[in-house]
Amino acid sequence: MYRMRLPPWLLLLLPAFVILLAVVAIPLVLSFYSSFTAFQLTRPETITKWIGTFNYQKAMGDANFWAAFGRTVLLLTVALNLEMLLGLGLALMVAKVTRGQRLLRTMMMFPMMFSPILVGFQFKFIFNDNVGLLNNALQSLGLTDVAIPWLVDGSLAFFAIVFAEVWTSTSVFAILILAGLFAIPQDPVEAARVDGCTPWQTFRYVTLPFLMPFIYIAMAIRSLDVARAYDIVQVMTAGGPARRTELLWTLIGRTGYVDARMGYANAMGYIAILLSIVFTVYFFRKLTTARTSLGMGD
Amino acid sequence: MADVVLRDVVKNYGALPVVHAINLDIAHGEFVVLVGPSGCGKSTTLRMIAGLEAISGGTVRIGDRVVNDLPPRDRNISMVFQNYALYPHMSVRENLGFSLHIAKRPKAEIDKAVAEAAEILSLTPLLDRKPGQLSGGQRQRVAMGRAIVRHPDVFLFDEPLSNLDAKLRTQMRVEIKRLHQKVGTTIIYVTHDQIEAITLADRIVIMRDGHIVQIGTPLEVFERPVNAFVATFIGSPPMNLLPATVAGGALRLADGSTIPMPPGLSVRDGQAVHFGVRADNIMPEGHSMPPTAHMAHVEMPVTLTEPLGTETLLFATLAGTEVQAKMLNPRPVRTGEVLRFGIALDKCHLFDATTGASLRV
Repeated sequence: MYRMRLPPWLLLLLPAFVILLAVVAIPLVLSFYSSFTAFQLTRPETITKWIGTFNYQKAMGDANFWAAFGRTVLLLTVALNLEMLLGLGLALMVAKVTRGQRLLRTMMMFPMMFSPILVGFQFKFIFNDNVGLLNNALQSLGLTDVAIPWLVDGSLAFFAIVFAEVWTSTSVFAILILAGLFAIPQDPVEAARVDGCTPWQTFRYVTLPFLMPFIYIAMAIRSLDVARAYDIVQVMTAGGPARRTELLWTLIGRTGYVDARMGYANAMGYIAILLSIVFTVYFFRKLTTARTSLGMGD
Repeated sequence: MADVVLRDVVKNYGALPVVHAINLDIAHGEFVVLVGPSGCGKSTTLRMIAGLEAISGGTVRIGDRVVNDLPPRDRNISMVFQNYALYPHMSVRENLGFSLHIAKRPKAEIDKAVAEAAEILSLTPLLDRKPGQLSGGQRQRVAMGRAIVRHPDVFLFDEPLSNLDAKLRTQMRVEIKRLHQKVGTTIIYVTHDQIEAITLADRIVIMRDGHIVQIGTPLEVFERPVNAFVATFIGSPPMNLLPATVAGGALRLADGSTIPMPPGLSVRDGQAVHFGVRADNIMPEGHSMPPTAHMAHVEMPVTLTEPLGTETLLFATLAGTEVQAKMLNPRPVRTGEVLRFGIALDKCHLFDATTGASLRV
């Protein structure tokens, strides 16, 4: 009797193929396909309703989508730069500490240990206009007697979200930059001091170039993080009020799961992923340039 | 250019003293080498002069300024580091011009100074490369170039050649000496390599455990070491030291045999000493031993030979101690062969067995 025999290499690779297909390839293809259909979660049969690039065209002309896109880029830029500056400052200070540095390093990472959902709730409470910690403090100190609508006013709410993001994730920068500071060879720093550099010049011309690769790694990681920001914003403002803090993924999430328009949500999702890819490629380019200029690997 | 004066300079790390109140006068234009085994405080001393280490006590003066509390940038010094310490993200040109750039000198002046330094050190074709694209010797030359563009008062070298291979080290040694002849700046140079010290220095400062043991010209420290440590540290191969006792105008070795007392020593009868003789002063007879009035003769079995071409190093046993002797115009020697050696007594040393101090008067 003839039995089909697979070559051993294929047989051995088969489990990996099956798993990859199930968890990556099929969902990817399916979601990509569905972005070309009028798929609605509430009417499963609509997944076969091919509408070509209609969803993409619609997204391109959708002012709400582009507002969310722009806001996400803005959040990314503001949060990343703030986190970088604060993280750099923190790392420089912690690096100077000689006693209890381990403890400080551990404490620095505390914000990362909380679920972003909880962080969202915490800041939602802090920024609440009636019972919130912040308004209470401001009023008790006599700095204001009105209830500042932190999470209602568009710019204030954006500030509140940036604040929560920065609070949670500055330590990513701080830890990576601190690792960079430890890795810096001392000789060039001393050479710079002998060569006539002030402490600021030493930092500017020697320390900072050495830190750039570490900063870009942190940037790359965090840009992916912020580009998919959802949890904190969803909890604090849910993108509202009236879309004032709408980000890409709160919009996509609502379109897909609340409005059930999954085809359209997927189309927006694919455009959003482009954003992440662009940022990642950008920071990796920067990283490679910084590394090459330091003579680290080619 | 300037002289450098250290007065009772102390360095403590916490409660641990690493440099004990050292005094040192370095003349303007002098090439001084600090040498000693690792941990002797020589690098720390150099770094205190540079301002990279705080001074725990005493004063350091460069020219007419006490520099104790001046940061390195205000001391007008240049330093060459063991690991080159180049700025990896800058080209050779930028590395060389960095200090002038920081000092906000006009671009034309920087270009001129860089071109000059590059010319002196044959770096001109490499000016646009990054340090990562240079060999060890080239990097060391860039580090030296970076030091000379500033025309500092003092050059400080911290073991600059120890990362180079033997051949390159010899070559760079010559270049450093040539550089000193050319620019004439005061140089303070730290090394653990006594050959570097002897070949480069106008004066050698030998340090041990945070103290200065001896200061002198290379010949002085070689020919008149103040103690057994200097005697064994300076010179290659190290001076042979044999335990002996002064007995009735002669030296009794460990096995009871005697050799005549070397001239010019102050000893008392019964004193326990170490008899010191360099390999150059103990040679098999018939092999170009320079004639001298005070000659002793011993017979020793050869245990090992190390042919070096123009001479052969012989390892032999004298009174139970292994000694190294030199054979000029060498012939092949069998292991175990007993040879008759001449010892030039007037070139020999005696050191007190307990203090190690030289007994020469």
